[in-house]
Amino acid sequence: MSEWWNNLQSQFVMNFIVDDRWKLLIQGLGNTLLITVFALLIGVVLGTFVAMVRSTYDKNGEDMKKRNKGGFIVLSILNFICKIYLTVIRGTPVVVQLMITYFIIFASSTNGITVAVFAFGINSGAYVAEIIRGGIMSIDEGQFEAGRSLGFSYAQTMIYVIIPQVFKAVLPTLCNEFIALIKETSVAGYVGIRDLTKSGDIIRGRTYSPYMPLLAVAAIYLVLVIILENLLGRVERSLRKNER
Amino acid sequence: MKDNAIIQVNNLKKHYNDGTLKALDGVSLEIDKGEVVVIIGPSGSGKSTLLRSLNLLETPTSGEILVDGVDITDARVNINEHRQKMGMVFQHFNLFQNMTVLRNMTIAPMKLGGKSKEEAEKKAMELLRTVGLEDRADAYPSQLSGGQKQRIAIVRALCMEPEILLFDEPTSALDPEMVGEVLDVMKSLAKEGMTMAVVTHEMGFAREVANRVVFMDAGCIVEENTPEEIFEHPKSERLQNFLAKVL
Repeated sequence: MSEWWNNLQSQFVMNFIVDDRWKLLIQGLGNTLLITVFALLIGVVLGTFVAMVRSTYDKNGEDMKKRNKGGFIVLSILNFICKIYLTVIRGTPVVVQLMITYFIIFASSTNGITVAVFAFGINSGAYVAEIIRGGIMSIDEGQFEAGRSLGFSYAQTMIYVIIPQVFKAVLPTLCNEFIALIKETSVAGYVGIRDLTKSGDIIRGRTYSPYMPLLAVAAIYLVLVIILENLLGRVERSLRKNER
Repeated sequence: MKDNAIIQVNNLKKHYNDGTLKALDGVSLEIDKGEVVVIIGPSGSGKSTLLRSLNLLETPTSGEILVDGVDITDARVNINEHRQKMGMVFQHFNLFQNMTVLRNMTIAPMKLGGKSKEEAEKKAMELLRTVGLEDRADAYPSQLSGGQKQRIAIVRALCMEPEILLFDEPTSALDPEMVGEVLDVMKSLAKEGMTMAVVTHEMGFAREVANRVVFMDAGCIVEENTPEEIFEHPKSERLQNFLAKVL
């Protein structure tokens, strides 16, 4: 028993204490969080925009065709671009997108983190877009009609009536997407970024001892996700409270 | 167009599938100020489509809808402004789920009518009192019964001080014991001189309150007359058949 304990201790010291290797993990965690948070921001903004274009085209296109020809043409073009974006992004692996972004599109850039934020943000946007669009489409048509019948424009109805309901409805699914994003960033090592996963792997490479660094990495991801789940659960509950 | 007509519909058509399905097939109708027009007819006869065309929730294929003399089917007309003057009450209430009763009633007057929060709330509370629901001002729609929801929906439309109220089968989704409370509100509105167009299956209401009853079938107005004439002396065979089934 004490031999096992001593072994564990020396493993711990070797993997985390010697050469301040724990700092690698902290640095990696920082990069993972940095990439996730900014990719998330890009994803939500981009996704909301794409969802708006797509659902406006589906719901209000006919009306615009009659009353606002110019606007309808712009909307049609945007809708077409959005459709291509969704197909391409959802049809290719995120690692491939990341490598294309890093080695081809931003080949001259040396800032890997920025490139990763960009790549993951654009990737996440496609999924967020479809989540939000699904939410908009799931809202009872009567809510739109009631808004319009009072004299609200399409945009006003969206802002005052639909979006608050959509946000509440899609929060659990969005939460799922955020969790997926945190973990997806673990492929950032492919383009030489020292994120959490890569840092664990670097330690493993130096100490030739896989258990501790990799289990530590897994544990850190798990804790991150649990914290996020908790946070969003709380938001969700407070949103529901005022309805019952 | 007559001076006192609020709405005049001329040869309105609504076709689906390139004209193979005719929801409205050349309907002409006039609604005068202060008049209560009740539209009856079998399901699929086009009565809801006609009503929903009046504020352009349904876009007609052809024809004219003159509201205060302006053809609202014209693409240059700002339909949102016209809708502010035409309240609508739906079969399924369609109260905004994310807002309290008071917010449901004040949001349009505040955002569109240029009223202050105090003004809008004062007016809303007055209206809530008239339907006996002032104690539910802070409730959310999910906490109300069907009859309560529909009464709120009616006063929500009234908050914009519309010139006409459109009712699309307002009692069809209600439990039988709640139909009365909604009809009572509608009756008192009619008594106050509100212009109303009502699609309904409540023949008792039509008989008692309507100035004019319009019978529709297969996208056309078949008969149009006073309630007495419609119910006591139906002329067309289709109306006779319809009344035999529903009365």
